[in-house]
Amino acid sequence: MSDRQMTTERKPQAKLRQDIDENLKRVFDDALEDEIPDRFKQLLAELKAKEAKK
Amino acid sequence: MNFAAPQTQSAPRRASNSAAHEGSPAPALDPRDDLPNHIPALRAFAVSLTRNPTEADDLVQETIMKAWSNFDKFTPGTELKAWLFTILRNTFFSSKRKTKREVSDPEGVHAGALFEKPQHDGKLAMNEFMRAFDQLSAEHREVLILVGANGYSYQEAADMMSVAAGTAKSRASRARARLCELLGLAEGEGIVAEQTGATLAVLGRSGQQR
Repeated sequence: MSDRQMTTERKPQAKLRQDIDENLKRVFDDALEDEIPDRFKQLLAELKAKEAKK
Repeated sequence: MNFAAPQTQSAPRRASNSAAHEGSPAPALDPRDDLPNHIPALRAFAVSLTRNPTEADDLVQETIMKAWSNFDKFTPGTELKAWLFTILRNTFFSSKRKTKREVSDPEGVHAGALFEKPQHDGKLAMNEFMRAFDQLSAEHREVLILVGANGYSYQEAADMMSVAAGTAKSRASRARARLCELLGLAEGEGIVAEQTGATLAVLGRSGQQR
């Protein structure tokens, strides 16, 4: 047990953290490629139209 | 609801045509015009929180409507995405509290092969990673998306989550530790391995625990 704690020193942990963040970024950035659904384009158009009437 | 924008100094990516708004001392893109640029990020964040694409888009819709009627509370010059993220996460957590409903799919949106893409660089077994990610608590998913995926500082993330910076930091480290546990990784083991075989071997362990 204490052996394991000994190995959780900064370097490997920093590397692991970096790896996790890299994966998270990749997943997140992948999702950014999705096209914006029409419902949001419509919503924005409606909001803008309302704004213009004010 | 807290609509205060995080006090961030990080320079947002601005469109260069902001000079069109003449007369304003700090020429900035009108947030109404800038908002559409952030919809993909809002959707990605919403999916991470709800783990359900339909719920996610409902959440984004609510966020857009709230943002639109509260733009007078947006501080020009601060980062719009962070402001929108704040509204989105507040909406998510307050409706979660109200309904006490746990999110529909316990396995998460990433169960199955949704995110499984052939990886020719052999660096990722994204499917396993996301399955583990989806098993984290909403608070843990949130902090990892803000800090890990979006690169916000602990302070910035803390401002968005209305907690102290130290809380954001310890939450992030607990989230990472839990993620490793779910992946069956000991501290110090890489999850981005140099070779395909190694990655699969490492990530395969989490599969055996089922």
